[in-house]
Amino acid sequence: MSAALLIDILLWGSVFGVGLIAFRRGPPVFKASLREGSMDFINIVPRIALGVIGSGYIAAIIPQEVITGWLGPDSGWLGVATAVVAGAATPGGPVIGFSIGTVALKSGGGVPQVVAYVVAWALFAFQRVILWEIPFMPARFVWFRCAVSVPFPFVAAAIAMVIGKP
Amino acid sequence: MIAVLVAVSAALVWRRDGTGGVLDILTHDLSLFGGILPRVLAGCLLGAFISEILPHERVSRSLGPKSGLKGLLIGTAFGAILPGGPFTAYPVASALLAVGADFGATIAMVVSWTLIGYGRAVAWELPIMGTDFTLWRIVISLPQPVLAGALGRFVYVRIYPKPATKDDEN
Repeated sequence: MSAALLIDILLWGSVFGVGLIAFRRGPPVFKASLREGSMDFINIVPRIALGVIGSGYIAAIIPQEVITGWLGPDSGWLGVATAVVAGAATPGGPVIGFSIGTVALKSGGGVPQVVAYVVAWALFAFQRVILWEIPFMPARFVWFRCAVSVPFPFVAAAIAMVIGKP
Repeated sequence: MIAVLVAVSAALVWRRDGTGGVLDILTHDLSLFGGILPRVLAGCLLGAFISEILPHERVSRSLGPKSGLKGLLIGTAFGAILPGGPFTAYPVASALLAVGADFGATIAMVVSWTLIGYGRAVAWELPIMGTDFTLWRIVISLPQPVLAGALGRFVYVRIYPKPATKDDEN
């Protein structure tokens, strides 16, 4: 909880800092960006409400064993590819993504596969892309970014295979 | 589309766990929602302020299509130090795009935030996956934002040659 608090402090500290800079440019600048930020907020809230409140249900119906079963140490590149798909398909927030990674590691998953899973989850967990990235960013950018990111879980797994265990 | 997905999932949970199961998840998610709302507001304000105060011509010089490796490194560093979650990263990334950063630098920023940003690592990955795995995973991920940004830039100028030349003329 203290880490979350620290992040909140940093976050609002940054808002305050840039707000102060904007204010020193003149109150009209400050007011305009304040209004713009608030409008963004109002527009985004319904989508986030749906996503956050709905994500629990989506997560509840996808059994974790299905995901972890595919990531064994002998699964090789096929396992890595599976891990990438599984990472992208994992619903829910960071708790679920990392928990599945831990379970996979503890239940005998291979390290490169788990690394590929965590990296793929970080890069393209579908729920985060749909819920956060698409509402905030131009759609063209989002698809482009996802396409460009595809090789990187594999690169991470390859590095993990070369340098070995943590 | 998401609404349909959510409705179907909720119906399945209801069939399996009954009304209690549905309500459990609802209360949990509602409290989660309440918790992140202020952060969403902070993220939106941060994005709006940043797009207002950043000098456009400086951004397009240091993060634009011609910024080279330096632009990608700046994007990476920016993504790594950015506080907050998706509610901050995406509004800020969007603001950067709006004030003249190119796709490559913005991709570097988003990928850097997602892979080596300390916010998620400290709050979630460290406690759940352990210090060894987290640090090791971050070390493996270090070069990736720059590579992703470079790849993005490389592909972008080939898919969309027009916007790139327009930027060159500016």
